[in-house]
Amino acid sequence: MKIRVTVNGTVHDSDVEPRTLLVHYIREALGLTGTNIGCDTSSCGACSVHVNGEAVKSCTVLAVQADGCEVTTIEGLAQGGEMHPMQKAFMENHGLQCGYCTPGMVMAATSLLKENPSPTEEEVRIGLEGNLCRCTGYHNIVKSVLACAAGD
Amino acid sequence: MTDLQERPAGVLGSRLLRREDPALLTGEAKYTNDLNVPGALHLAVVRSPCAHARITSVDLSAALAVPGVVAAYSGADLADMWAGPMPCAWPVTDDMKNPPHHPLATGTACYVGDGVACVLATDAVAARDAAELVDVQYEPLEAVVDLEDALSDRVVIHPDLGTNKSYQWDLKIEGEPGQVDAAFAAAAYTVKERYVQQRVIPVAMEPRAVCAVPQPFGGDMTLYSATQVPHILKVMTALTLGIPEHQLRVVAPSVGGGFGSKLNVYAEELLCVALARKHGVPVRWNETRSENHLATIQGRGQIQHIELAADADGKLTAVRVRLLADMGAYLQLVTPGIPLLGAFLYAGVYDLPLAYDFSCTSVFTTLTPTDAYRGAGRPEATYAIERAMDALADTMGIDPMELRRRNFIRKEQFPYTAMTGLVYDSGDHDAAATKAAELADYDGVRARQATQNVPGAKKVLGIGQASYFEMCGLAPSRVLASLNYSAGGWEAATVRVLPTNKIQVVTGTAPHGQGHETAWSMIVAEKMGVAPEDVDVLHSDTAIAPLGLDTYGSRSLPVGGVAIAMACDKVIDKAKKIAAHQLEADEADLEFAGGTFIVKGTPDRALPLAAIAFEAFTAHNLPDGMEPNLEAHTTYDPPNFSWPFGTHICTVEVDTETGQVDVLQYVAVDDCGVQVNPLIVEGQVHGGVIQGLAQALFEEAVYDDDGNLKSGTLAEYLVPAASDVPSLTLGHTVTPSPTNQLGVKGIGEAGTIGAAPAVINAVVDALSHLGVRDMPMPASPQNVWNAIRNAQGASK
Repeated sequence: MKIRVTVNGTVHDSDVEPRTLLVHYIREALGLTGTNIGCDTSSCGACSVHVNGEAVKSCTVLAVQADGCEVTTIEGLAQGGEMHPMQKAFMENHGLQCGYCTPGMVMAATSLLKENPSPTEEEVRIGLEGNLCRCTGYHNIVKSVLACAAGD
Repeated sequence: MTDLQERPAGVLGSRLLRREDPALLTGEAKYTNDLNVPGALHLAVVRSPCAHARITSVDLSAALAVPGVVAAYSGADLADMWAGPMPCAWPVTDDMKNPPHHPLATGTACYVGDGVACVLATDAVAARDAAELVDVQYEPLEAVVDLEDALSDRVVIHPDLGTNKSYQWDLKIEGEPGQVDAAFAAAAYTVKERYVQQRVIPVAMEPRAVCAVPQPFGGDMTLYSATQVPHILKVMTALTLGIPEHQLRVVAPSVGGGFGSKLNVYAEELLCVALARKHGVPVRWNETRSENHLATIQGRGQIQHIELAADADGKLTAVRVRLLADMGAYLQLVTPGIPLLGAFLYAGVYDLPLAYDFSCTSVFTTLTPTDAYRGAGRPEATYAIERAMDALADTMGIDPMELRRRNFIRKEQFPYTAMTGLVYDSGDHDAAATKAAELADYDGVRARQATQNVPGAKKVLGIGQASYFEMCGLAPSRVLASLNYSAGGWEAATVRVLPTNKIQVVTGTAPHGQGHETAWSMIVAEKMGVAPEDVDVLHSDTAIAPLGLDTYGSRSLPVGGVAIAMACDKVIDKAKKIAAHQLEADEADLEFAGGTFIVKGTPDRALPLAAIAFEAFTAHNLPDGMEPNLEAHTTYDPPNFSWPFGTHICTVEVDTETGQVDVLQYVAVDDCGVQVNPLIVEGQVHGGVIQGLAQALFEEAVYDDDGNLKSGTLAEYLVPAASDVPSLTLGHTVTPSPTNQLGVKGIGEAGTIGAAPAVINAVVDALSHLGVRDMPMPASPQNVWNAIRNAQGASK
């Protein structure tokens, strides 16, 4: 099927199999490998991207469903050679270790702050419950998101 | 004990942000699955759906008809590709039983997930579609799931072995014959406990991934793998496939966590290399999460019987342990050695006389093989002794904190020769426990508990402690030899000063999230007087870092980091000779500080390292007979293990009606010696604690009686999310290790070791007034509710 998707500001016209998941389209057709795959049950959130500004797990969306949509992946978050404030907050607060969950976590966190710019710790924890991390115990991830919200 | 704050300002000990992060945060980092390898064939593995079954036929024809499929093989088809069986590097006893194990099973499948056939196709989707069409006929055999059932040999899984028992390993230490029995006979108090270490699934967020790239005419082979152990993998792949080691290069690109699960040599790594050789094109494989739950090793899996004898004051007089350990269907790389890593630690942090009786029996089951998982043997041992100490305190009717204080090895006893003969390098358990108690408001919680935990209370309060010693810094090679381990425990480092005074460090450690690039650059910066950003750290590629023994067992800093510091010393020694020559001074009159050699007392006669680096490169004016360039190599074999320690205290509130456990506060006071980067240390503790807490409250690899994994995906296996766990309160003490020049001990596993017993002690403490004396892990609402019900039933 023919689709037209804008990914990180670039328009892509592609021909995809109907069963192709958005995450596979992003990784394999477009070569944007920053979006990671961590499970096969939509449990881990490693593949989170923004579709029309909202965080979605790209393994739960077919590529054809993204036809006509604006998609932002982790590669599209930094602007003008500068990391996004959320990326900086993760670095400054040691919010990542192995980095595998990180792109999805950062995409989910930016979406969370868009909906709720000043969350409490509990709201951050609940807001990120769809994204699993095995390294950090979440302590510094939560700290990173709160720091970003506070503009630190 | 010194406090970090008292250290002079310098690079070492600072909270330097990680240099690894920008690439990881922007999607720039490449994991194995991200590598763009044109022309690669994709491997899919057909896995047994039966826990135990005879393979009667394998029909590949339907799979071969799928468009894009290039080849398909049964186990028998590939049998002549293996020069040897899958490696087990730790034959713990001379008579250990080790069944034949090959990348694909041939006669019998021995666990759900055991590979029985494979397919190669031009894309991953075709390979997986075709794998589903491979028609394997099985004749089911009885599964063996329960460890005590396995020991009975009711069903022998590997008939050629004649038994399911792999080995028995004993460690009995007595000052005089019969001392253990005598101590129990004379004891004022004894406890006899049985604990179950449930199987858990490591769940590194990056599933395994492999890509083998051959050079059919040149003869070389590059194996990219999501591994913790590129060096071990290289040797073992060469041996198992019978290919020349010097023509094999192993690269671990960015690796997304391991926790021990990537400390192995796996079937898919061997299959990819073998098939890349056979077909002359790259072959790659990406594990799905469901496959990860079945085909990557699992952790723990032990039944522990522990008995303590104590005198009237509660001083321990003897410890007896009988362990039954689940090996799973086969022995993977270090499967049999895991219980041994805990074998020395069942007396915990306590001053025990020569009265220790440990025995481990290990059995095969028809389940996924077990192997190293964060802590590997040491969390299990710590759990048993720390749970048993609480049981002893309960029996005596004294506070468990008080019982521990009566038994701690005291600060002035270090270095302390334990009854096992191991020498504990340094420690101050009382200080760590005191600090933890303050942070946790231990006395305050006890006071609140007295008013809250009244008959009929819905929500009850509990506080639990665990104090630990971790045997890490693996390991002195001679000690490994005495344990029958097939390799050494050294680590290698090269430090190379480039002509422009930038420094390259080559390390044999293989980070997968620990931040070695940052931490190692800090060690070199401190030693050499350069900025950390002027130090590059090269690793995880056997062509660049040919020597090394990789990253596991909290060894990287106390062995690999120390090796780097020692290589720096060698470089400084050589630079000093050049400086003396150039300054026309005696070497003994030179001192090196802040990157500059100065003639003592004459500060105007000085030469910076930058000038020496360029001199060493041009070689125009070096001392007679000196080789050009400034570079040194060290291979460091540690003289002792390192012994991090600490105390964790967990406070919980338990809902007696629903069984729900809420962690109100978690305090971890850890002492890993000198901290190179406290930011990284804290991160390791955070992650480790939550992993241990997850074993205590959430996680279990659940199998049914037929050996089917019921928690086969992340939808059923409860890896906690942010909303399931608390923020953590950390403290630390700093007791340098006297056995290495950096004073470091390692911190990778400490959190996991302390957490499970602290949490379960807290849960049991909360419910003790209801008659609950033990709690199975995980302390799920159902298990807690049942424990309360059973205790109430028992009291009626």
